[in-house]
Amino acid sequence: MIRRAILKALAIPGHQIPFGAREMPLPYGWGTGGIAVTAAILGPRDVLKVIDQGADDTTNAVSIRRFFARVAGIATTTRTAEASVIQTRHRIPERPLQEGQVMVFQVPMPEPLFRLEPRLAETRRLHALGDYALAQLRLYEDIAQQGEAGSAYNHPVMVAGRYLMSPSPIPGFDNPKLHMSPAIMLFGAGREKKIYAVPPWTEVRSLDFDDHPFAPVHAAQGCAFCGSTASYKDEIVADDAGGRVFVCSDTDACREGQE
Amino acid sequence: MSALLEADALHLRFGAVRALDDVAVSIWPGEVVAIVGESGSGKSTLLRVLSGQVAPDAGGVRYAGAEVHALGEAQRRRLMCTDWGYVHQNARDGLRMGVSAGGNIGERLMAAGTRHYGAIRDAAAEWMVKVELDPARMDDRPGMFSGGMQQRLQIARCLVTQPKLVFMDEPTGGLDVSVQARLLDLLRRLVGELGLAAFFLTHDIAAARLLAHRILVMRHGRVVEEGLADRVLDDPRHPYTQLLVSSVLAA
Amino acid sequence: MSALLAVEGLGKDFTLHLQGGVTLAVLRGVSFTLHAGECVALTGPSGAGKSTLMRCLQGNYGADAGRILVRHRGAMVDLAAADARAVREVRAETLGYVSQFLRAIPRVPAIELVMAEGVGREEARGLLLRLNLPERLHGLPPATFSGGEQQRVNLARGFARPRPLMLLDEPTASLDAANRAVVVQLIHEAKARGCGIIGIFHDAGVRDAVADRLFPVLPLEATEAA
Repeated sequence: MIRRAILKALAIPGHQIPFGAREMPLPYGWGTGGIAVTAAILGPRDVLKVIDQGADDTTNAVSIRRFFARVAGIATTTRTAEASVIQTRHRIPERPLQEGQVMVFQVPMPEPLFRLEPRLAETRRLHALGDYALAQLRLYEDIAQQGEAGSAYNHPVMVAGRYLMSPSPIPGFDNPKLHMSPAIMLFGAGREKKIYAVPPWTEVRSLDFDDHPFAPVHAAQGCAFCGSTASYKDEIVADDAGGRVFVCSDTDACREGQE
Repeated sequence: MSALLEADALHLRFGAVRALDDVAVSIWPGEVVAIVGESGSGKSTLLRVLSGQVAPDAGGVRYAGAEVHALGEAQRRRLMCTDWGYVHQNARDGLRMGVSAGGNIGERLMAAGTRHYGAIRDAAAEWMVKVELDPARMDDRPGMFSGGMQQRLQIARCLVTQPKLVFMDEPTGGLDVSVQARLLDLLRRLVGELGLAAFFLTHDIAAARLLAHRILVMRHGRVVEEGLADRVLDDPRHPYTQLLVSSVLAA
Repeated sequence: MSALLAVEGLGKDFTLHLQGGVTLAVLRGVSFTLHAGECVALTGPSGAGKSTLMRCLQGNYGADAGRILVRHRGAMVDLAAADARAVREVRAETLGYVSQFLRAIPRVPAIELVMAEGVGREEARGLLLRLNLPERLHGLPPATFSGGEQQRVNLARGFARPRPLMLLDEPTASLDAANRAVVVQLIHEAKARGCGIIGIFHDAGVRDAVADRLFPVLPLEATEAA
């Protein structure tokens, strides 16, 4: 049933498909939607990578990886290049994805109009009509009040020129990676019981204005470990004096950069 | 030239109540038609049926050659944010209170496909001036404006896409008398300058005389009298119209 | 020569529903014609229906019988049967009306009321000055003006762009001799341009100065409805 929802989601890029969420061995908010999707697509020859905020070694990432190794008996990896399925929370790897790879996003809130229109029936109607003036209006307000679009995370995208989609809470920095990606992008929201998808080679545009084009923010400095200036950085406090450094959020890309 | 919107043989019942009983209406480009009657006369229902929000039990509404109630929702919404405008009696029903004045005016432009932030700002400023609001307050929320100013903001929001036909549901109701007078002046000027056709619901005979070219008098879901505005008011034929007109003079 | 206006068998009643349905018959079988350049004065005792006739001719009152044929865009239009849009069109192009009362849009300055007739500011100013309305009043809304001042604003409006057919309802009622003379002049100028004029003239001197013919309006007995 989840596979059928995934197929349907791939057939209607960006459109949210409801599915019957299964009992999960962990509470909502810990990646149940992503786990359901990953479990539905894993085959015996798959190699699974799991990241959380770009890192392979957080508790959540390690637990999910171990869970699938034990339950499905598949191989796991921390290397983006070797993975066939990558379950993620908050990031898309820096290394360009390849044809044949599948990204699985854990999604807390699948509805991009959620904060603008509280009535779910009405948001469904707006999607059906392709009426996204509200989202554009929110963007207008952000620029008018703050001078720029405020959504550093979860900046809404138009998929294939038809559906407005939440890219899940990835940074705006990662939005361009969705555009014309050779990989399959699957999004699972466990609590909200929705699956949606971006098939390979699909147009994905971040919502913006002609004279205020979408411009993701880049860190002011290079990575303190690998020196990369192109990657997405986490800002961390490095010493007791409150000194700050920037390091790559993608630990695998940073490792490659240091080699 | 032909009618912009035409409706005939409209019937609508709410249970035992005949809200509309064989009503026919038409409006021509540039024409202002006042629909006068007391609450419960069916005038609000008529406005909702004409604007496609409520389907009649029988009869049809045609706009620009299309049957309004046969349009898909997408087409009807499109009409509502381009060719048509709707001014609510209560500005709060027609405004987004959590969005700035500029955003309120710009929303219809964005709905109609404008994607240029600067152009939206310019249009919002221009319309604030046209409705006699200070464009420097473009980024204030409607809650910071007075009732009369909110109503003018609603009118700007409605007219920014230069509609051909505007539905106005008692736009001056609930405002102080002096504020009403100023709003009526503004409406009269805008309607004339823009060549708008407008349906104008009111129970205020003086407002109807000031704004309307033609008047429809409604009672118990029927149009009991209609015609040239000054003739209906100066030479009323129907007992109910005579009562309406005489009660204004007596007041 | 074809007529500008032909009234045929015009009848007008008022049914007063709030007074138990009493019907007052005011006009019966009124017929006359008016040609270009001609001025006809309506005469008769007060209450005979002169003003009612004027209002019928203007379309402000609906006629109950007969026809009111007005030459409009080269054809005769029956105002008694015309719909609201047609009446508005005839008024805009063919039929002018100056009453003794100013019924103007409130809060609009005098000069703009005149300009709304389609004349420039200079011409409007000239006309108001010609009617001896002091310049300091031009920029004010006429609501606070005296009766005579209001009437002169009204006359300036009516004669700014005289329509081919003019209805004048006591145009000099509250004017002094000097201003009456100006109005007589304006009427002569309009006639010379080919306007046809129907007037009720309270002032016999004005009437004799402008009217080519008199048309008496006779009173009818009020009759009770069945």
